Parts: sequence; structure tokens; C-alpha cells
Amino acid sequence: MSANARAPLAHHFDSFDQQRESASLGMWTFLLTEMMFFGGLFIAYIVYRWSYPEVFIAGSRSLDIVLGTVNTGILIFSSLTMALAVRSAQLSRSRTTVFFLLATIVLGAAFLGIKTVEYHDKFVHHHLPGQPGFHLAGAPDQAHAQMFFVLYFAMTGLHALHMIIGAGLLGVMTVMAARGRFSADNHNAIECTGLYWHFVDIVWIFLFPLLYLVGRHG
Amino acid sequence: MNPNPHPMNADSEAAEPPRHHYLNAGYGIRSWLLTKDHKRIAILYLVSVNVFFALGGLMAVLIRLELATPQGDLFQPDVYNRLFTMHGIMMIFFFLIPGIPAILGNFLLPIMIGAKDLAFPKLNLLSWYIFNFGGAFVFWALLHGGVDTGWTFYTPFSTTFSNTHVLAVGVGIFITGFSSILTGLNFIVTVHRMRAPGLTWFRLPLFVWSMYATSLIIVLGTPVIAITVLLLAAERLFHVGIFDPAIGGDPLLFQHLFWFYSHPAVYIMILPSMGVVSEIVPAFSRKKIFGYRFIAYSSVALAVLGFLVWAHHMFVAGMSVYAAAVFSALSMLVAVPSAIKVFNWTATLYKGSVSWDTPMLYALGFIGLFTMGGLTGVMLATLGIDVHVHDTYFIIAHFHYIMVGGAIMGYLGGLHYWWPKISGRLYPRFWSKLSALVIFVGFNVTFFPQFILGYMGMPRRYHTYPPEFQVLNVMSSAGATILGAGYVIPIVYFIWSMRYGRHASSNPWGVVGLEWETTSPPPTENFETTPVVTHGPYEYGPEHREDAVVR
Repeated sequence: MSANARAPLAHHFDSFDQQRESASLGMWTFLLTEMMFFGGLFIAYIVYRWSYPEVFIAGSRSLDIVLGTVNTGILIFSSLTMALAVRSAQLSRSRTTVFFLLATIVLGAAFLGIKTVEYHDKFVHHHLPGQPGFHLAGAPDQAHAQMFFVLYFAMTGLHALHMIIGAGLLGVMTVMAARGRFSADNHNAIECTGLYWHFVDIVWIFLFPLLYLVGRHG
Repeated sequence: MNPNPHPMNADSEAAEPPRHHYLNAGYGIRSWLLTKDHKRIAILYLVSVNVFFALGGLMAVLIRLELATPQGDLFQPDVYNRLFTMHGIMMIFFFLIPGIPAILGNFLLPIMIGAKDLAFPKLNLLSWYIFNFGGAFVFWALLHGGVDTGWTFYTPFSTTFSNTHVLAVGVGIFITGFSSILTGLNFIVTVHRMRAPGLTWFRLPLFVWSMYATSLIIVLGTPVIAITVLLLAAERLFHVGIFDPAIGGDPLLFQHLFWFYSHPAVYIMILPSMGVVSEIVPAFSRKKIFGYRFIAYSSVALAVLGFLVWAHHMFVAGMSVYAAAVFSALSMLVAVPSAIKVFNWTATLYKGSVSWDTPMLYALGFIGLFTMGGLTGVMLATLGIDVHVHDTYFIIAHFHYIMVGGAIMGYLGGLHYWWPKISGRLYPRFWSKLSALVIFVGFNVTFFPQFILGYMGMPRRYHTYPPEFQVLNVMSSAGATILGAGYVIPIVYFIWSMRYGRHASSNPWGVVGLEWETTSPPPTENFETTPVVTHGPYEYGPEHREDAVVR
């Protein structure tokens, strides 16, 4: 335990503070690039919702609000368990850390499971863009209605991909935590993973109203 | 700090190479392919990037050969389309964008700030592998017939109609983008967190400022082209997507997203060269640079303004007149920080002790050619002229003055300036000066006629043209031959110098800068003890000499 309690200081850093601050700044810069990455899709969403508002209302109403809301709750809760995992890692409590990390993974898996059910529904209800049988009830224009679903799949699909990568990272963190690698001095890896996980959650916090709620007021 | 008045002089005594340096720290292929030393990674990049430079150059030679005559006698039209597309893709994404940052920046940034390495050495190595992985896709596509969309991939041609390997090249560019992102991220964190004691922001060499500004563009812009190319690839794969007019998609949206990255990408190419010139000009004027803060701020200003002008590529694409007017005005603003740099370099020369060494010749060439490219850029920012010369050779000439006359002159100037540091060897003076002159002349003979051709109305991207344009086209092709020869000369003597060149002293030019205070080549950890910085980067002149009387 004591051998692992301190982070090995990489040869090119002068101090642990410098190493920790570098990791943190690097992660924030990476999240900035992620923001720009999703930004391209959000711009596309804005453009097409501006062009075809009725279609977006019809498309939004066809999504399952219950599953979407439950998933939102699950993700917010997983952010809590993630934050608790980071906190217990800082306090060198490996067993608690492992517990909260596993809880986060389970919640993430639950989110992806529910998402799979929702995707399946799209196949059943002929809501797949580009397929010959596409039909969206209540949409004024079936061609334009496909645009909503292209965006739906692109945005939630990219988000789900990030969740899968995040779950993989959490798995690595769990192994590291079980081996007692984290301590007050050495928690860069889990902290950066936490930042990433919170970022993925926040993306969903924007996706949920834009896709599920936009057609439901009034 | 005692500048040597006779830098790189033929009769200066031969320098002894250091006993231990990064080049002899390990031998064998593993010591290179698994290295985490930023200097070795820079060398790896030097090899990879220049392979693409050579391939792209070969395409250019074939293009100019075809255009030597008005008829299409060498290539079929679709082959010609693939040639200029692959030329553009390889030169832009695989040579100009990674060029200076990944080679010179990688080598110099940690040394210039007195650090032992970049903040994330493993990511740095990973970025080189990602670069080659992405490059492999493009190389595969090249061997299987290439792409004919132009390097801009405009939809719906690229998504629906082109029968070439758009998907492979798109994936290649998507992947390579991450190597840029990793480099940019690494530089940003390194400049923020790894500076030596006493090295405040306004004591940073201007090359570091330009690398920082470039990195900002890279991390903000590259993800946007990544998602754009990803959406394009998905649309090609699934036959439905957000740019698909059949479902109400707007091809103009693709152009907006594409240029949101690809215009700032021009500043990824030119800002590093500006940084190189900001180092070379004071070094060979033996004079403190004029307007340090203005040059530093103008780099950041270019990074910011670069993101606000993308739609000037789309004036004839069907944009609202009001939007076009705004983008036109913003584009003209770019001239302000650019001119600030040119004026400050020129003012640095004034009453300086100017010497005409090879790097200086390249830097002066840069200033002249960049000014030409920049001024024609202001012309093109005006709506009327742009609509008139859009898609003609005037555009081709303009951006080659920036990218070849500017970016490549800066790249070669930097390579010549720091080659003694990188390799520990000197290269022949005569041949290197000759190469600078040949390139300058060859470049102008190649591209100046294209301004005239474009203004007379010769469109770009055609392999035939009316016979009355032949004289100027033959001039251009002849110039390309000279230019090509000019690029071969440095390759020969750089490789020659690695074995036969005389050993360089730690400061062969007799200039100031942290990189000249360590040995040539530097040791793996760059400095034996972390340097402490007590003054700005260009302190030439008697008051900064060690024996100066303190007033």
C-alpha cells in the first residue's frame, strides 16, 4: 500500500503539484475539444429546427418521454456516485471507491440498456431515416421528418459511444482502486475520468430537452 | 551573452560534439519507435511529414506537366481531378498543418521554455502513431485511385455522386485530426505549466507565442472538421444524412462547417512560420525585436479573428448579401494583425546589424511573399473582386503565396536555423544560400503568372485551357521545375551533413535564446540544471553583455 500511496513522479515534472495541475488542465482542454465536437451537431440541430419546426415537434412527441426522463434521472444519479467515488479515492478509501465506481458503471449500463430499448422501438415504428417504410404520424412532411431522426440517431448515438468509452475507463479505474492506487497525492486518473463522465452527463442534459421536450409545451 | 560577430564562419575552430546527447542516447529501431523524448518524436515527424510533402510535390509536378499545353494530352479529366485533390489533401492535412508544430515545435517548445519534455510525452508519441495510421488510409486510397472531390469534399458530390474513395480519405483525415489535437493540447498545457523559473509570459520567445496561438486554433477547430467528416462519412455509408437534400438537408451547412475549421487551418499553417520569422529576424539583425508585445498579441488576434471569417470562401455559394458584407469586413480585419507583424519585422531590420545567412534569406523571402499573399487576400475579401475571380487561378496564386511562399519558406527557414541544434552538424553555406534563392525565384515564376491567368479568367480545376493562356502556363510550369529543384537541394545537403557536416558548437549563430545555451545536439533531458530566466528573449546590444557596467 505504501509503495503505491504516492504517484510516481514522471521524470519531466518538478513536483507533484505540477503533475496534477498538468493532468487537470489537459483534461479540461480535452473537454473543450469535445464541446466543439458535439457543437457541430448542435449547430446542425439549430439550423434544421429553425427550418422545419413542425417536424421537430412531431418527432419530439413520438419519443418516449417516460424512458427519456428515467434515463435523465439515472445519469444525474450516476454523476453523484462518480463524485463520491472521486472523493473517497482522495481519502484513500479503496473499498468505498470500488463500490461507487461499480455503482456508476451499473447506472451507465442501465442508461445504455434503456437507450437500446428506445432504439429498438424506432425499428418497430418505422422511424428509421432513409428506410423505404419510414412514416412519422403527425408530421407535415415525411421527407423532412427523417431529418429529425437523423439528428436523433447522430446525437444520441455519439453520446452513447462516449458513455461506452466512459464505462471502459471506469472499469480501469475500478481495477486501479481495488489495487489501492489512489490516495490524497495520487488521484489524477480517477479525477480526469470523473471530469469526462460529468461532461458526458452534461451533454445529455442538453440533448434531453432538445429532443424529448421541445414539442411538448403548450 | 556575448554574440559572436562571425557566426558559422568557415575558419572558426571545429566544435567538439557533446559526449551524451539525445541522438546517441539509444540505438536501434526500438529506441526510436518507443521513444518518449520530444526531440526524437520531432525527428519521427520530420520523416513522416516530409514523405507526404514529397508525394504532394510529385502530384504538383504532374499537374504542371499537364498544364504545359492547352490540350489534355497527359491525363484523362478524371485522373487530373484526382491529382489535384490528392495534392491538396496531402499538402494541407499531412504536410502544412502538422509541419512546423509537430517538427520544430515539438523539438523546440520544451527547450525554449526550459522544460525537460512536453507535459504528456506518451500522448506525444501516440500522436505520431495516429498521424501515420490516418496517413495509411490516405496512402491506401492513393494506391487505389485516389479521390476526385477536391480537398474541400463539397456535398452532395462527395456523399452521393463521386465514385472514388471518399470514405477512406475521410476516415484518414478524421483520424489524423486527433494527432493534431493531441499536439495542440500538449503544447497548451506545456506552456501553462512547464515554464522555467522566471520565464514569465512576456519573456517567452515569440515562436512559443505563435505555437500557443496555433494550438488554440487546433483544439477549437479540429473537432469541428472531425464531426463534419464523420457526418459526411456516415451519409455516404447509410445513404441518408444531415446534408442530404432529399430529406431537406442543406449542402451549404457542410460548407459552413467545413470552412469553420478549414479557414482557421490556414492560420495553423501560417502562424508557426510567423513565429519562426520572429526568431530569425532579430537573430540576424543582432537587435531586440521591435514591438514584442504587439507581435505576441497579434498572434492571438489572428487565432481569434481566424474563426470569424470562414464564410468568405462562400460568397458565390448562395449566402445572404448582409452576411457576405459582414464576413467581407471581418476578413479585411485580418490584415491588421498580419500587417503589425510585417511592420515590426521590418522595423527590427532598421539599423540592425543584418547578416545574410541562409535562415535570414528564407525569412526575408517569407516577408516579401507573405505580404504579396496577404495584400491579394485583402483584394479577395472585397465582395466585387471575389465574385469576379472566384474559382480562378487568382485564388490559386493567392493561397499558394500564403501556403508555399509563406508557410514553406518559414518551415525551411526554421529548419535551416535550428538544424545545427537538431543534428549537431553544419550544412554547406553556399548550397544552402543557393537553395533559398532558387526557391524564391522558382516560386515567383510559378505563381505570379497565375495571378494574371486568374484575372484573365482561367478557371481552376480544369486540365485544358484556351490556347491564348499557354505562354503564362508554360512560364508557370517552368517555374515549378525550378522550385522543385530548389526543394531537392536542401534534402541532399541535410542528409549529407548528418554524416559529413562539421560539428556545430552549442551556439553556431552567436545568438541568444535558451535553446542555444544547451549543447548541439541537446542531451535527452535538455538542460543539466533547470535554467533560471532573468530577462526577455531578444536581449542583444551592449547593455546586456555580461561585462556591462551596471548603471
